[in-house]
Parts: sequence; C-alpha cells; structure tokens
Amino acid sequence: MEFFRIHKDIPFMRHALKFNVISLLTFILAVVFLFTKGLHLSVEFTGGTLIETHYEQAADLEKIRGALGKSGFSDFSVQNFGSSQDVMIRLPLKSEQNTNQIGESVMKALEAEAPGSQLRRVEFVGPQVGKELAENGAMALLLVVIGIVIYLAFRFEWRFSVSAIIANLHDVVIILGFFAFFQWEFSLSVLAAVLAVLGYSVNESVVVFDRVRETFKKVRGLSTPEVLDHAITSTISRTIITHGCTQLMVLSMLIFGGETLHYFAMALTIGICFGIYSSVLVASPLVMWLGVSREQFIKVKKVVEGANEDGAVV
Amino acid sequence: MNRYPLWKYITIAVALVMGFVYTLPNFFGESPAVQVSSAKATIKVDEKAKARVEDSLKAAGITHDGIQLDFNGVKTRFKDTDTQLKAKDALEKAFNPDAADPQYVVALNLLAASPQWLTSLHALPMYLGLDLRGGVHFLLQVDMKGALTKRLDSTSADLRTVMRDKNLRHGGVNREGERIVIKFRDAETQNKARIAISDSQPDLLLTDAGDAAEPRLIATLKPQAQQKIGEFALKQNITTLHNRINELGVAEPVIQQQGADRIVVQLPGVQDTAKAKDILGRTATLEIRMVDDSTGALDAALAGNPPFGTEVYNERGGQPLLVKKQVVLTGDRLTDAQPGFDNQTQEAAVHLTLDAAGARIFKDITRENVGKRMAILLIEKGKGEVVTAPVIRTEIGGGRVQISGRMTTTEANDTALLLRAGSLAAPMEIIEERTIGPSLGAENIQKGFHSTMWGFAAIAVFMIIYYQMFGVVSVLALASNLLFLVAILSLLQATLTLPGIAAIALTLGMAIDANVLINERVREELRAGMPPQAAISEGYERAFGTILDSNITTLIAGLALLIFGSGPVRGFAVVHCLGILTSIFSSVVVSRGLVNLIYGRQKKLTKVAIGQLWKPGATTAAGQK
Repeated sequence: MEFFRIHKDIPFMRHALKFNVISLLTFILAVVFLFTKGLHLSVEFTGGTLIETHYEQAADLEKIRGALGKSGFSDFSVQNFGSSQDVMIRLPLKSEQNTNQIGESVMKALEAEAPGSQLRRVEFVGPQVGKELAENGAMALLLVVIGIVIYLAFRFEWRFSVSAIIANLHDVVIILGFFAFFQWEFSLSVLAAVLAVLGYSVNESVVVFDRVRETFKKVRGLSTPEVLDHAITSTISRTIITHGCTQLMVLSMLIFGGETLHYFAMALTIGICFGIYSSVLVASPLVMWLGVSREQFIKVKKVVEGANEDGAVV
Repeated sequence: MNRYPLWKYITIAVALVMGFVYTLPNFFGESPAVQVSSAKATIKVDEKAKARVEDSLKAAGITHDGIQLDFNGVKTRFKDTDTQLKAKDALEKAFNPDAADPQYVVALNLLAASPQWLTSLHALPMYLGLDLRGGVHFLLQVDMKGALTKRLDSTSADLRTVMRDKNLRHGGVNREGERIVIKFRDAETQNKARIAISDSQPDLLLTDAGDAAEPRLIATLKPQAQQKIGEFALKQNITTLHNRINELGVAEPVIQQQGADRIVVQLPGVQDTAKAKDILGRTATLEIRMVDDSTGALDAALAGNPPFGTEVYNERGGQPLLVKKQVVLTGDRLTDAQPGFDNQTQEAAVHLTLDAAGARIFKDITRENVGKRMAILLIEKGKGEVVTAPVIRTEIGGGRVQISGRMTTTEANDTALLLRAGSLAAPMEIIEERTIGPSLGAENIQKGFHSTMWGFAAIAVFMIIYYQMFGVVSVLALASNLLFLVAILSLLQATLTLPGIAAIALTLGMAIDANVLINERVREELRAGMPPQAAISEGYERAFGTILDSNITTLIAGLALLIFGSGPVRGFAVVHCLGILTSIFSSVVVSRGLVNLIYGRQKKLTKVAIGQLWKPGATTAAGQK
C-alpha cells in the first residue's frame, strides 16, 4: 500500500498568501473568542469546590439546584457529567463560608432534598493554589517557547526558529480559541496537552526544515519557493502517516477515556490537525517571507559546519 | 553491513528480559491483607509482634497466605476479603484489648500478589495514585510566619536571661513584628550586651539603632536561621501529622513535603473526609500539673473518693498517680523538646524549651514547690497519660527544663517526639482537597487501560498493513517501548495516575513517528534504486538525526511541564519524558536489531517486505515480496 503517489512537487508556495490569510483569519477569530467569551477555567485555576455525585436513576437537576439554594449556596452550577446519572456541582470560592466543610454540607443538603446520591469525587482548591497554577502554566509555556527557539536557532538559524515558533504558537492560540468558543472546560490536563502538542508539532517543522536545508545544499538552480515545495512534498507522506498514527491513539482516548480524558484528547485532536497545517503550510511561507535564500544558507553552513552534517532528513 | 555485533544483541536481550521482569508484578494484582503497626512512638513492631499475629490468627482459626514484617509493620495476606475482615476483627481484639486506648493500628491493606522471587528482586508493581484507587488528598499550607513569631517570642525570653546573667541593665526587650527591640540606658551597656548576645545567640543579626540618649539594639533572625526554623516547623508538623494519621488506621498514608512550606497528605482508601479533617486539625496537648503526694490521698482516690481538686492518672508504667486538677502550664508554652543527656550524670534526658511567659510561670512554680513532684501529662482524645513525674530539686529559670531519671535513650527520644508531636510547630490550612470514590478509581483504570489498548491495536493493524514486515518490526519495537516504560516506572516506584496513563498512550502514539521516519526513509532509498541491504542501513542512519531532533523538541516541552507542573500534570510529565527516552532506544536500537536478525544474514537480499513501492513513472509496483 502506498498512499502518496506524487509525480511532481506540489506548488504549495504559489498559494502561500492564501494559507497565511486563512491562518491570520482563524487566528484573529480565536483571539476574538478568547477576549469576548473567555476561557471556561476549571476549579483548579479559579479555586472553588467541585463535587461529583452519582445517582442510581437519572438525576433530577432542578431538585438538586433547589436543595442547594435552600441550604444557602449561591452562584453554583449543576450539570450532568458524562451520563444522566452523574452530576457535577461547582461552587465558587466564598470567603465567608468555611471552605473545609462545603463538601459535607452539600451532601447533607442533597440527602435531604434529592436522596440516593453517592459521592464520587470532591475537589477543593484554595485561592493561592489556583493563582499559582495559572502562573506556573504561563511560565511553562514561556519556557517551552524559549527552549525551542534556542534549540532551533542553534540547529538551523533564526529565520527557521522564529517561523516555527510563530506557526506553533498560532496553533496554541487556535486550540484556546476552540475552548473559548465551545466553552469547554480548560483544566490542568488540557494545559498539559497544549504544551505536549507544542513540542510535538514543532518537530514537524523541523523535519521540513531539515529537508529544506538538504535541498538547498544538494540541488542548484532552484528558486526558494521551489525548494520549499520540494521539501514539503517529499515529507508529506511521513507527516500524514505519523500524525494519523498519533491521532489513532488520541481517538482511542476520546472514545474509551471517558469524561476525565475527554478534553485532554480534544485539545490533542485540534492540536494535531492544526499542527500539520501550520507547521507545514504556515511555517514554510513565513521562512520565505523572512527571506531565506541559498547564498545565505551556504554561508550559515560554513559557520556551523559539523552541526549540520548529521542533520539527516526524511 | 546489517549485522549487529553479539554484544548489541545481548544488550537488547538483557534490556528486554529486565523490562519483562520488572513489568511482570503489575499483572498479578493485589491480594487483601491486614497490617498491624504501632500507634505510639514508644511501641515497636518487631519479630515478637509477628509471632503474636501468627498466634492470634491460629487461635481464631483463620488461615493466612503469609506474614511479612517490614518497616511499616506486620502484614498478613489472606485469600479473600471475607477472611481479611474476620482476621482484622481477631487481630483488633488481640492487639487492642482496651478499645479506648489503642496501642496498635490494625488496618485493611492491599498487598502486591506477585510471587516472592519477584519481590526479592525489588520488582514491585507501580503504586496507584488516588485517582485510580480512591481516597483523600489534602494539600496543607504551613504558616511559616507563625513559626517565626513563636521562635522570636522564646528568643526574647532568652535575651532577658542572658542580660540578667551578665548583669546588664536594659530598658525592655520587646518583639515588634519580626524583630526584637532591646532598649538601653547608655551606649556602654549596649556594647557589652551586643557582645554577650552575639556569643550566646549566633542565629541573631544585631544592628544599632536609636541615639546616644536612648541606644537600642535591633535583633533579627539571620536568613539561614529563618530557613532552619521553617524547615524544622515543617518537619515537626509532618511528624505530628504522622502520629495523628496513625490513628485513622490508614495502611499506606503519604505525608510529604511539597515546596518550602506545603505538606501533601494522601490517604488511600479513606472516604470519610470529615473524620480525616477532624483528626488532622486536632491538637494533642501537653499539660504540667502538680502531683498530690499527701499520705493516704491516693488510696482514698483509688477507693473512689479523690480529695477535692484532684484526679487520678496512670503513669507510663501503669502506676496510678494523684494529680491536681489545676493546670500549671500547657503545651502552647512549649517551643521545643529535644532528646539529650544530663550534663552531670550523663543520664538520658529530654530538654524542653519554654517561651517567655511559660518560663516565668515555670520559675515561680518551681521556686514555690521545691521537693515536690510535678507531672507532665499528654492529653490526647480527651485521655491523659502521665509521661513523667519528676521531683523538683531547685528553682528552674530561663525556660529551659530538663526531664531525666529512669529513662533509656530510646525512651528519651520517644518522649521528646511525643512532646513535640503534641502540638503543631506552625498553624496549617487546607488549601486543596480531593476525594475520589473507589468505584471511580476502578473505572478510571479501566478507561485508561482500554484507551491505550485499542489505540495500540489500531496503530499495530495500520502499520502492519502499510509496511508489512517492517510494520511488524515497528509494532514489536513499540511494544518493547511500552515494556521498558512500564518497567522503569515500576522500578522507580512511580505513582501511576490517570494523566500518567494518558501520557503512556500519547507517548506510544508519538513514538511510532520514529519508525515511520525510518520506514519512509528506507522506502525512499529503495525507490532511488539502492540495493535492499544498503537501503536498510542508509535508512536507519539518515533517519536517526531527524528522530533525535524531533524527540528533543518534544522533550523540551516535557521538561517544562516537569519543572512547572504540579500534581496531575507532573505525573503526566514524568511519564512523557521517560517515554521519550525509552522510545529512542526501542525505535532505533531494538527495531534495528530485529531487522538485522531478519534480513541481515541474507547475502543476496533482493526484496524486502516494506509494502508496495511506487516509483514515479512506473505503473507497476516494484520491490514487493
């Protein structure tokens, strides 16, 4: 079996402008959603209490809401979680309430008004922790970006590292945009998925860039867009197959992983799909706009001789 | 060219065997067990206790599947949960005849059911996180400022004593926030005091303040000292928590420091958060009272008629003691208790340090009661016990008290621990809490396992159809990657959580990339007309650089998560980073070894099964076996 029977290099770069316009539009949309709707942050970030209960029959959400209201809770949200029998109750942080007792008092309230519930999970996060998590998350993102920029600048040159990181940060913003638009819950594991995707799809750009460098070195007389076209075409088979395999695994998580892994797998799915697109079709045009050329590349080669020799390609 | 030297094959074989052995324990599951451990610092669980467990079980007619003794206590396995519960009742009765005063903790536990030879190789199953086995998780924040203020208060008292001993007159020693201000009448005394203080209190940083008319010294704690106090407070709080949690009867509690000022408490299997919180927040108190030694009073009290204002407590040894109801001092005044030795007699002793107010009270009380006995009581759960009741020989000032007499070194250690453990060194607050029901835990394991299994199966089917023999090799390499990953996690005794399982799945999904790279490259070389042996060799060589590159970028992200992540994210990051490392080995070395075994020996290799090869311009497939 062979999926990719490509006779000639596909002229990706002829459409470079279109790709970049599409990217820019999705990016702007994502930013707009992020600002207008905002992320639906999980309890881990905002602080508060989260209670998951299980009923033998389908749960009566109205009754549960009534029970909580009667017991003096406010600003809570009651939702089904996964199935009609599972209920997720979220309570915001309140300074006047004794946070240590919330779990018990909620269960007591439920026992009175909507009996038969079984406590599955309680999560309480204080305000310090949430703030710290948000800070640490931002720091982690920053560290990944800096680490990758330095690594690529060292391995290739700054044009490549800048375009790769722009392309992949644009993925991150788009994933966040999806989470904002659909108001999916943004939890710690989603953050982990986002960062994992960032590392993962940067290597996509690396593979293409490796080939770009090789083509510049080997073949004379090609224009820059032609070189990029050739590099993308000859790696597209591996790109699709690799991502397809990773996606198979992620799909399996989406199907069998249940509610807890749902958004984690969702973030990975979006990340993988946009990762292919952006690392190939956004990063390469960016390299072109930034003015990569053969002459300059050969000069670079002399400077970091040796470092490039083992830069094998697909 | 496609032959490995023998040592490489041996390395791979050894790695695979090790991987297999250390992965194995995870498949045996767990068997129900009962654990007997000590509830008090003074009681040691040893061979004798083991024999006692055996005897009590025999007496109750319960058969067991083996008894083992380790630092946690005596653990006995049973074949099912019914026997386990019966055994727990029997042991509870045998070890704690007085239910109101338990000496031992008898708790239900799960023990790895792996055979003895595996356990002796330290091949143990992975430890399951709370989200997989159910339980309670608390994150406690220790108030370090509280610990520092407590310490400064006691230091102020020490400073007064130092100056009194040296006959230096001062106009007041006061704690103002996080510093101590000492007022003087003249500069000369100030100078002398500075020398005296810096000699006796190396932890203090002294600065001059005030003017010539009203000189002052400002003492602050040196940063190193502050750090030491913080560390000490944290350690003491952890000890206290240990003692309290022992009473909950939790088999394997996790009580760990996290960061500079936080403590994580994990109680697997505990569902009753209210009780857990109650016990964590409870304070055991130390009390000092006077002993009523008047003749006949004790006998009257034992006859059920205690004199007014007294009550009977038992001493450690079991002898009753008549103690006054009036409390002289409480443990709140105690800042430290350390085991040590008496300066003169070299007897084992416990050195107590009281804070300023406590020292004053203690001095007065000892002056007025020379020759009488005082009792030091530890009140826990509303029940008191006399730790020791020494005779007061002289007036004791300065807030440093020594308890000695009839104590072994171990006893001194234990008493110091008990006294220290009575109260928390610094207040704590719960800042994160998580309760996971046991059914949710079991469900999570199943979900994680199924996702990984079906994902792996899907990848395997695709790879084998698409790349044929090379696909089989890739799948075997991927399977060995899984084996290595699980083996390393088991070897490190890492805690497996649901995000950890997700990381295993994701790592596998990403690790296949290396094999796709190799296979595509080999195909490409074949397409370019290279002979198969050369194509295989070239394919592996040239793909390696790219594999390294792509794994390093992924590793950068993994490391960032490891550094900044906490809780579930950290579990994800650990597995992710380890998985990247094992995947380089398995996808490059192991898969190459397999390919070499399959194709390397054939001198005239004309075709390899790597799937259909399509060449531009040709309409028929070539290179297919």
